[in-house]
Amino acid sequence: MFLIPDPVVRFFHRMASPPHFYAFTGRLMPWLVVIFLLVTAVGLYGGLYLAPADYQQGDSYRIIYIHVPSAWMSLFIYVVMAVAGAIGLIWRIKLAEIVAISSAPIGASFTFIALVTGSLWGKPMWGTWWVWDARLTSELILLFLYLGVIGLYGAIDDKRIASRAVAILALVGVVNIPIIHYSVEWWNTLHQGPTVTKMDKPSIHVSMLIPLLLMAVSFKFYYLIAMLQRARTELLLRERNAQWVKNMVSESK
Amino acid sequence: MKPARKQRLMLIGLMVIGAGLATAFALKSFNENLMYFFSTTDVIEGKAPQDTLFRLGGMVIKGSVERPNDGLMVRFKLTDYSKDVTVEYTGILPDLFREGQGIVAHGKLNAQGVFIAEEVLAKHDENYMPPEVKDSLKNQPASLVTGQQ
Repeated sequence: MFLIPDPVVRFFHRMASPPHFYAFTGRLMPWLVVIFLLVTAVGLYGGLYLAPADYQQGDSYRIIYIHVPSAWMSLFIYVVMAVAGAIGLIWRIKLAEIVAISSAPIGASFTFIALVTGSLWGKPMWGTWWVWDARLTSELILLFLYLGVIGLYGAIDDKRIASRAVAILALVGVVNIPIIHYSVEWWNTLHQGPTVTKMDKPSIHVSMLIPLLLMAVSFKFYYLIAMLQRARTELLLRERNAQWVKNMVSESK
Repeated sequence: MKPARKQRLMLIGLMVIGAGLATAFALKSFNENLMYFFSTTDVIEGKAPQDTLFRLGGMVIKGSVERPNDGLMVRFKLTDYSKDVTVEYTGILPDLFREGQGIVAHGKLNAQGVFIAEEVLAKHDENYMPPEVKDSLKNQPASLVTGQQ
């Protein structure tokens, strides 16, 4: 732990305490919402209005401003969920468990959006709604992993045991993440190769790239807001018998 | 770190590595089946299946698209920049089908080595640009404009 500066360590130690986490995220929330609304407005205006039409697809390519950030988020949230799950397993930190399970429904939604928008675009562009190529299939498996995590958590009554079971499932499923990302390079697929997330220069014109990156930032903030709100509710539910929750409730009366 | 935590960390590490290795071996042995399509070189070298349906992917060669009898039947040549295969298809082509674009066709080879397609899907490449930029790129080599598969 000697590599991490002291204030950072102290910040995480304090965030691991439920009352401090609850108060801190409550104060943070309005700022997150303001940033999210601003970035989303600018990103959508840039993507749907300012960005030029594509030389081949015309205006239909604009679905990438939803599809691509959703697909990125589906992978990102899964990694966050698995890492939080591992921290919960090793250090038995209650808040890590809560962050892990609060991420699952949001990740599942982004995966679903990525699959549906891709399908809507695929019909006119490829000529088919769905093909069983490596990229599409592995992304569908990701959706099932998320649903498995949600279902397993709901099936076990003791939420601390449920969190451990869920963390193990999430960690085994991590193997799917590099498969999804590299599927278009390892195998012949109908889905195109990476445009932005590769070592080379992005193969997208800069006027189209900037709104795409803004939408990616916007979706990150949306995830942060939705995840923290879910985590706060879950925390109150689990800590409903704790003194700090009772104090808070009696103060607000 | 306390011994119990260290032990749990090791166990989790081993579990993730184990799952990764098992998946890597499984994917390696199923590699052929995970390929969505065969390349034109595979067909010329006889690696593609005979007498059964399979998928063939490649670039439509510029200037090779023709409609021999003014109907819906289209004939064109596919290439992977080393070997060519002639494809015949009767039906409606997707929006992105055009010369110099990648496609995936589903069908089988006939006795003459012509691929008779039952379905043609367009494979979009990873390039996005405004029409003006595309026009200014026209003077450069074709591979920069159409992109590699």
